[in-house]
Amino acid sequence: MFVLIVGAGRVGSQVARSALSAGHTVSVLDEDPLSHERLEVGMSTTWEEAGGLFTVGHAMEVDALREAGIEEAEVFIASTDGDNTNLTIAQIAQRHYEVPSVIVRVMDPARAAWYREQGLQTVCPTQHAIEMFQSAVAEIAGTGSA
Amino acid sequence: MYVIIAGGGKVGWNLARELIAKGNEVTLIESNRSRYLTIEQELEHAVQYGDATELWVLERAGIQRADLAIAVTGDDEDNLLICQMAKEKYLCERIIARVNNPRNRAWFELLGIQPAVSATDLILRLIEHEVPSYGLVHLLDLRDEQLEIIEVEVGDTSPAAGKRVQDMPLPEGALIISLLRQGRGFVPKGDTVIEAGDEVLLVLDPGLEDAITAQFAPNGRMTA
Repeated sequence: MFVLIVGAGRVGSQVARSALSAGHTVSVLDEDPLSHERLEVGMSTTWEEAGGLFTVGHAMEVDALREAGIEEAEVFIASTDGDNTNLTIAQIAQRHYEVPSVIVRVMDPARAAWYREQGLQTVCPTQHAIEMFQSAVAEIAGTGSA
Repeated sequence: MYVIIAGGGKVGWNLARELIAKGNEVTLIESNRSRYLTIEQELEHAVQYGDATELWVLERAGIQRADLAIAVTGDDEDNLLICQMAKEKYLCERIIARVNNPRNRAWFELLGIQPAVSATDLILRLIEHEVPSYGLVHLLDLRDEQLEIIEVEVGDTSPAAGKRVQDMPLPEGALIISLLRQGRGFVPKGDTVIEAGDEVLLVLDPGLEDAITAQFAPNGRMTA
Protein backbone atom coordinates (compact mmCIF):
# COMPACT_ATOMS: atom_id res chain seq x y z
CA MET A 1 0.00 0.00 0.00
CA PHE A 2 1.28 3.49 -0.88
CA VAL A 3 0.94 5.83 2.12
CA LEU A 4 1.62 9.56 1.76
CA ILE A 5 2.10 11.42 5.02
CA VAL A 6 2.14 15.21 4.99
CA GLY A 7 3.68 16.68 8.11
CA ALA A 8 6.28 14.63 9.95
CA GLY A 9 6.14 16.04 13.45
CA ARG A 10 5.93 13.81 16.51
CA VAL A 11 2.77 12.15 15.23
CA GLY A 12 3.49 11.96 11.52
CA SER A 13 7.02 10.62 11.90
CA GLN A 14 5.95 7.81 14.23
CA VAL A 15 3.09 6.83 11.94
CA ALA A 16 5.53 6.90 8.99
CA ARG A 17 8.03 4.60 10.73
CA SER A 18 5.44 2.05 11.76
CA ALA A 19 3.82 2.03 8.30
CA LEU A 20 7.25 1.47 6.73
CA SER A 21 8.12 -1.38 9.06
CA ALA A 22 4.72 -2.91 8.34
CA GLY A 23 5.89 -3.23 4.75
CA HIS A 24 4.06 -0.31 3.13
CA THR A 25 5.53 2.14 0.65
CA VAL A 26 5.79 5.36 2.65
CA SER A 27 6.37 8.85 1.29
CA VAL A 28 6.71 11.81 3.63
CA LEU A 29 6.24 15.47 2.65
CA ASP A 30 7.32 18.22 5.04
CA GLU A 31 8.46 21.79 4.50
CA ASP A 32 11.14 21.48 7.17
CA PRO A 33 14.24 19.43 6.23
CA LEU A 34 14.77 18.83 9.95
CA SER A 35 11.80 16.50 10.01
CA HIS A 36 13.86 14.10 7.91
CA GLU A 37 16.17 13.69 10.91
CA ARG A 38 13.19 13.15 13.18
CA LEU A 39 12.06 10.31 10.90
CA GLU A 40 15.32 8.48 11.49
CA VAL A 41 15.20 8.67 15.29
CA GLY A 42 15.56 5.14 16.66
CA MET A 43 16.32 3.65 13.24
CA SER A 44 19.56 1.80 12.54
CA THR A 45 19.63 2.87 8.87
CA THR A 46 18.76 6.05 7.01
CA TRP A 47 15.12 6.62 6.07
CA GLU A 48 15.96 6.07 2.40
CA GLU A 49 18.00 2.90 3.06
CA ALA A 50 14.97 1.54 4.85
CA GLY A 51 12.96 2.19 1.69
CA GLY A 52 11.25 5.43 2.72
CA LEU A 53 10.69 8.44 0.49
CA PHE A 54 11.06 12.05 1.63
CA THR A 55 10.22 15.32 -0.11
CA VAL A 56 10.83 18.85 1.16
CA GLY A 57 7.99 21.13 0.16
CA HIS A 58 4.75 22.82 1.11
CA ALA A 59 1.59 20.77 1.07
CA MET A 60 -0.39 23.34 -0.92
CA GLU A 61 2.10 23.28 -3.81
CA VAL A 62 1.09 21.04 -6.69
CA ASP A 63 4.72 20.29 -7.59
CA ALA A 64 5.54 19.14 -4.07
CA LEU A 65 2.44 16.95 -3.87
CA ARG A 66 3.22 15.35 -7.22
CA GLU A 67 6.86 14.79 -6.33
CA ALA A 68 5.77 13.11 -3.13
CA GLY A 69 3.60 10.77 -5.21
CA ILE A 70 0.05 11.94 -4.51
CA GLU A 71 -1.13 10.54 -7.84
CA GLU A 72 -0.20 7.01 -6.78
CA ALA A 73 -1.15 7.35 -3.11
CA GLU A 74 -3.73 4.96 -1.72
CA VAL A 75 -3.71 6.50 1.75
CA PHE A 76 -3.23 10.21 2.46
CA ILE A 77 -2.52 11.36 6.00
CA ALA A 78 -2.64 15.10 6.79
CA SER A 79 -0.72 15.56 10.03
CA THR A 80 0.89 18.99 9.88
CA ASP A 81 0.68 21.19 12.97
CA GLY A 82 -2.06 23.33 11.41
CA ASP A 83 -5.73 22.33 11.40
CA ASN A 84 -6.49 24.64 8.51
CA THR A 85 -3.69 23.32 6.35
CA ASN A 86 -4.69 19.73 7.17
CA LEU A 87 -8.35 20.28 6.35
CA THR A 88 -7.52 22.04 3.10
CA ILE A 89 -4.99 19.52 1.78
CA ALA A 90 -7.15 16.59 2.84
CA GLN A 91 -9.99 17.92 0.71
CA ILE A 92 -7.59 18.50 -2.18
CA ALA A 93 -6.34 14.91 -1.87
CA GLN A 94 -9.89 13.58 -1.71
CA ARG A 95 -11.59 15.67 -4.38
CA HIS A 96 -8.82 16.53 -6.84
CA TYR A 97 -6.44 13.59 -6.64
CA GLU A 98 -9.16 11.14 -5.64
CA VAL A 99 -6.98 9.34 -3.10
CA PRO A 100 -9.13 6.41 -1.88
CA SER A 101 -8.44 6.88 1.86
CA VAL A 102 -7.82 10.29 3.41
CA ILE A 103 -7.20 10.70 7.13
CA VAL A 104 -6.82 14.16 8.64
CA ARG A 105 -5.69 15.33 12.06
CA VAL A 106 -7.83 18.13 13.46
CA MET A 107 -7.05 19.47 16.92
CA ASP A 108 -10.28 21.48 17.16
CA PRO A 109 -13.05 19.04 18.23
CA ALA A 110 -15.87 21.18 16.83
CA ARG A 111 -14.48 21.25 13.33
CA ALA A 112 -13.30 17.65 13.54
CA ALA A 113 -16.93 16.70 14.16
CA TRP A 114 -18.35 18.85 11.37
CA TYR A 115 -15.85 17.77 8.74
CA ARG A 116 -16.42 14.14 9.75
CA GLU A 117 -20.08 14.66 8.93
CA GLN A 118 -18.97 16.01 5.54
CA GLY A 119 -17.21 12.73 4.78
CA LEU A 120 -13.63 13.29 5.93
CA GLN A 121 -12.03 10.73 8.23
CA THR A 122 -10.85 12.95 11.07
CA VAL A 123 -8.61 12.12 14.01
CA CYS A 124 -8.99 14.52 16.93
CA PRO A 125 -6.31 14.13 19.64
CA THR A 126 -7.96 16.87 21.69
CA GLN A 127 -11.19 14.91 21.87
CA HIS A 128 -9.27 11.86 23.11
CA ALA A 129 -7.55 13.98 25.76
CA ILE A 130 -10.90 15.41 26.89
CA GLU A 131 -12.40 11.94 27.26
CA MET A 132 -9.35 10.61 29.14
CA PHE A 133 -9.42 13.55 31.55
CA GLN A 134 -13.16 13.17 32.03
CA SER A 135 -12.92 9.48 32.84
CA ALA A 136 -9.89 10.07 35.10
CA VAL A 137 -11.82 12.74 37.03
CA ALA A 138 -14.89 10.50 37.23
CA GLU A 139 -12.77 7.63 38.48
CA ILE A 140 -11.14 9.76 41.17
CA ALA A 141 -14.53 11.12 42.22
CA GLY A 142 -15.87 7.57 42.34
CA THR A 143 -13.00 6.42 44.53
CA GLY A 144 -13.44 9.42 46.86
CA SER A 145 -17.14 8.88 47.46
CA ALA A 146 -16.71 5.17 48.04
CA MET B 1 -26.96 44.08 4.97
CA TYR B 2 -25.06 42.22 7.73
CA VAL B 3 -21.44 41.51 6.78
CA ILE B 4 -18.85 39.46 8.64
CA ILE B 5 -15.23 40.12 7.72
CA ALA B 6 -12.48 37.75 8.86
CA GLY B 7 -9.05 39.34 9.08
CA GLY B 8 -8.31 42.88 10.27
CA GLY B 9 -5.31 43.66 8.09
CA LYS B 10 -5.27 46.66 5.76
CA VAL B 11 -7.81 45.04 3.45
CA GLY B 12 -10.22 43.91 6.15
CA TRP B 13 -10.09 47.08 8.22
CA ASN B 14 -10.66 49.34 5.23
CA LEU B 15 -13.45 47.13 3.93
CA ALA B 16 -15.14 47.31 7.34
CA ARG B 17 -14.77 51.09 7.42
CA GLU B 18 -16.24 51.50 3.91
CA LEU B 19 -19.10 49.10 4.48
CA ILE B 20 -20.04 50.78 7.77
CA ALA B 21 -19.90 54.21 6.09
CA LYS B 22 -22.35 52.89 3.48
CA GLY B 23 -24.79 51.98 6.25
CA ASN B 24 -24.15 48.25 6.59
CA GLU B 25 -23.90 46.36 9.84
CA VAL B 26 -20.40 44.90 10.07
CA THR B 27 -18.49 42.59 12.39
CA LEU B 28 -14.76 42.35 11.81
CA ILE B 29 -12.95 39.39 13.40
CA GLU B 30 -9.26 39.74 14.21
CA SER B 31 -7.14 37.07 15.90
CA ASN B 32 -4.15 39.17 16.90
CA ARG B 33 -4.81 40.76 20.28
CA SER B 34 -2.81 43.95 19.82
CA ARG B 35 -4.12 44.47 16.30
CA TYR B 36 -7.63 43.96 17.65
CA LEU B 37 -7.11 46.59 20.37
CA THR B 38 -5.87 49.10 17.78
CA ILE B 39 -8.88 48.54 15.52
CA GLU B 40 -11.27 48.54 18.47
CA GLN B 41 -10.38 52.17 19.26
CA GLU B 42 -11.95 53.13 15.94
CA LEU B 43 -14.58 50.48 15.21
CA GLU B 44 -15.57 49.79 18.84
CA HIS B 45 -18.18 47.02 19.04
CA ALA B 46 -17.91 46.30 15.31
CA VAL B 47 -14.68 44.35 15.85
CA GLN B 48 -14.37 41.10 17.78
CA TYR B 49 -11.29 39.29 19.03
CA GLY B 50 -10.91 35.66 17.95
CA ASP B 51 -9.85 33.08 15.39
CA ALA B 52 -12.49 33.12 12.66
CA THR B 53 -11.69 29.54 11.67
CA GLU B 54 -13.27 28.41 14.96
CA LEU B 55 -16.98 27.71 14.82
CA TRP B 56 -17.85 29.36 18.15
CA VAL B 57 -16.11 32.56 17.07
CA LEU B 58 -18.13 32.67 13.85
CA GLU B 59 -21.31 31.91 15.80
CA ARG B 60 -20.56 34.60 18.38
CA ALA B 61 -20.23 37.05 15.51
CA GLY B 62 -23.66 35.97 14.27
CA ILE B 63 -22.70 34.00 11.18
CA GLN B 64 -26.19 32.44 11.11
CA ARG B 65 -27.78 35.74 10.16
CA ALA B 66 -24.95 37.12 7.98
CA ASP B 67 -25.85 38.11 4.42
CA LEU B 68 -22.23 38.15 3.34
CA ALA B 69 -19.03 36.59 4.71
CA ILE B 70 -15.68 37.94 3.54
CA ALA B 71 -12.41 36.16 4.41
CA VAL B 72 -9.38 38.37 3.86
CA THR B 73 -6.73 37.04 6.23
CA GLY B 74 -3.16 36.62 5.02
CA ASP B 75 -3.54 32.85 5.01
CA ASP B 76 -5.20 31.08 2.09
CA GLU B 77 -6.12 27.94 4.02
CA ASP B 78 -7.87 30.07 6.63
CA ASN B 79 -9.77 32.05 4.00
CA LEU B 80 -10.79 28.89 2.22
CA LEU B 81 -12.10 27.15 5.33
CA ILE B 82 -13.85 30.23 6.74
CA CYS B 83 -15.75 30.65 3.48
CA GLN B 84 -16.44 26.92 3.20
CA MET B 85 -17.99 26.82 6.68
CA ALA B 86 -19.91 30.06 6.12
CA LYS B 87 -21.37 28.65 2.92
CA GLU B 88 -21.89 24.98 3.73
CA LYS B 89 -22.44 24.91 7.49
CA TYR B 90 -24.15 28.25 8.08
CA LEU B 91 -25.72 28.56 4.61
CA CYS B 92 -24.50 32.12 4.22
CA GLU B 93 -25.82 33.26 0.85
CA ARG B 94 -22.78 35.13 -0.36
CA ILE B 95 -19.09 34.72 0.31
CA ILE B 96 -15.95 36.44 -0.94
CA ALA B 97 -12.48 35.00 -0.37
CA ARG B 98 -9.11 36.60 -0.78
CA VAL B 99 -6.43 34.54 -2.52
CA ASN B 100 -2.97 35.54 -1.30
CA ASN B 101 -0.98 33.16 -3.47
CA PRO B 102 -2.44 33.02 -7.01
CA ARG B 103 -1.23 29.43 -7.29
CA ASN B 104 -3.89 28.51 -4.75
CA ARG B 105 -6.73 29.84 -6.90
CA ALA B 106 -7.40 26.36 -8.30
CA TRP B 107 -8.03 25.02 -4.79
CA PHE B 108 -10.64 27.70 -4.11
CA GLU B 109 -12.38 26.70 -7.33
CA LEU B 110 -12.09 23.00 -6.49
CA LEU B 111 -13.90 23.54 -3.20
CA GLY B 112 -16.51 25.85 -4.70
CA ILE B 113 -15.30 29.02 -3.00
CA GLN B 114 -16.31 31.78 -5.41
CA PRO B 115 -15.61 34.57 -5.97
CA ALA B 116 -11.97 34.30 -4.95
CA VAL B 117 -10.13 37.58 -5.36
CA SER B 118 -6.39 37.74 -5.92
CA ALA B 119 -4.53 41.07 -5.92
CA THR B 120 -1.94 39.61 -8.30
CA ASP B 121 -4.62 38.62 -10.79
CA LEU B 122 -6.28 42.04 -10.50
CA ILE B 123 -3.00 43.80 -11.23
CA LEU B 124 -2.35 41.52 -14.20
CA ARG B 125 -5.84 42.35 -15.44
CA LEU B 126 -5.06 46.05 -15.09
CA ILE B 127 -1.81 45.62 -17.00
CA GLU B 128 -3.71 43.90 -19.80
CA HIS B 129 -6.10 46.83 -19.89
CA GLU B 130 -3.47 49.57 -19.63
CA VAL B 131 -1.04 48.11 -22.16
CA PRO B 132 -2.88 47.82 -25.48
CA SER B 133 -0.01 45.94 -27.12
CA TYR B 134 -1.02 43.00 -24.98
CA GLY B 135 -3.65 42.35 -27.64
CA LEU B 136 -6.67 41.04 -25.83
CA VAL B 137 -8.46 42.39 -22.77
CA HIS B 138 -10.82 40.41 -20.59
CA LEU B 139 -13.78 42.63 -19.80
CA LEU B 140 -15.93 40.12 -17.98
CA ASP B 141 -15.56 36.53 -16.90
CA LEU B 142 -18.78 34.68 -16.18
CA ARG B 143 -17.19 31.63 -14.63
CA ASP B 144 -20.34 29.81 -13.69
CA GLU B 145 -21.90 30.44 -17.10
CA GLN B 146 -18.64 29.49 -18.86
CA LEU B 147 -18.64 32.68 -20.93
CA GLU B 148 -16.36 35.64 -21.21
CA ILE B 149 -16.50 39.00 -22.91
CA ILE B 150 -13.23 40.24 -24.36
CA GLU B 151 -12.01 43.27 -26.22
CA VAL B 152 -9.37 43.13 -28.92
CA GLU B 153 -7.88 45.88 -31.03
CA VAL B 154 -7.66 45.35 -34.80
CA GLY B 155 -4.05 45.93 -35.88
CA ASP B 156 -2.91 47.41 -39.20
CA THR B 157 -1.73 44.05 -40.44
CA SER B 158 -4.50 42.06 -38.80
CA PRO B 159 -6.23 39.45 -40.97
CA ALA B 160 -9.56 40.97 -39.86
CA ALA B 161 -8.87 44.48 -41.23
CA GLY B 162 -11.01 45.08 -44.31
CA LYS B 163 -13.14 41.95 -43.79
CA ARG B 164 -16.90 41.97 -43.42
CA VAL B 165 -18.20 40.64 -40.10
CA GLN B 166 -20.03 37.81 -41.87
CA ASP B 167 -16.80 36.72 -43.59
CA MET B 168 -14.82 36.40 -40.36
CA PRO B 169 -13.91 32.73 -39.91
CA LEU B 170 -14.72 32.74 -36.19
CA PRO B 171 -14.47 29.50 -34.25
CA GLU B 172 -17.64 27.89 -32.87
CA GLY B 173 -18.45 29.58 -29.57
CA ALA B 174 -17.31 33.10 -30.53
CA LEU B 175 -19.59 35.99 -31.48
CA ILE B 176 -18.85 39.64 -32.30
CA ILE B 177 -21.21 41.76 -30.22
CA SER B 178 -19.94 45.29 -30.75
CA LEU B 179 -17.41 47.49 -32.56
CA LEU B 180 -15.84 50.61 -31.09
CA ARG B 181 -14.72 53.07 -33.77
CA GLN B 182 -13.41 56.57 -33.06
CA GLY B 183 -14.82 56.51 -29.57
CA ARG B 184 -18.30 55.33 -30.60
CA GLY B 185 -19.69 51.90 -30.14
CA PHE B 186 -22.24 50.17 -32.36
CA VAL B 187 -23.64 46.74 -32.99
CA PRO B 188 -22.36 45.59 -36.38
CA LYS B 189 -24.40 43.89 -39.08
CA GLY B 190 -23.15 41.03 -41.22
CA ASP B 191 -21.97 43.39 -43.95
CA THR B 192 -20.20 45.86 -41.63
CA VAL B 193 -16.54 46.09 -42.65
CA ILE B 194 -14.02 45.80 -39.82
CA GLU B 195 -11.30 48.47 -40.01
CA ALA B 196 -7.81 48.65 -38.61
CA GLY B 197 -7.95 50.55 -35.31
CA ASP B 198 -11.43 49.25 -34.41
CA GLU B 199 -11.89 47.70 -31.01
CA VAL B 200 -13.97 44.56 -31.26
CA LEU B 201 -15.99 43.14 -28.38
CA LEU B 202 -16.66 39.43 -28.51
CA VAL B 203 -18.43 36.95 -26.31
CA LEU B 204 -16.50 33.69 -26.11
CA ASP B 205 -16.44 30.25 -24.64
CA PRO B 206 -13.34 30.08 -22.45
CA GLY B 207 -10.22 28.81 -24.18
CA LEU B 208 -10.77 30.52 -27.53
CA GLU B 209 -8.56 33.55 -26.72
CA ASP B 210 -5.60 32.42 -28.79
CA ALA B 211 -7.70 31.75 -31.87
CA ILE B 212 -9.33 35.18 -31.55
CA THR B 213 -6.04 36.98 -30.97
CA ALA B 214 -4.64 35.34 -34.10
CA GLN B 215 -7.44 36.83 -36.20
CA PHE B 216 -7.57 40.35 -34.79
CA ALA B 217 -4.36 41.42 -33.09
CA PRO B 218 -1.54 43.19 -34.98
CA ASN B 219 0.54 40.73 -36.95
CA GLY B 220 -2.04 38.16 -36.05
CA ARG B 221 -0.30 37.27 -32.80
CA MET B 222 -0.15 38.22 -29.18
CA THR B 223 2.53 40.86 -29.06
CA ALA B 224 3.15 40.89 -25.31
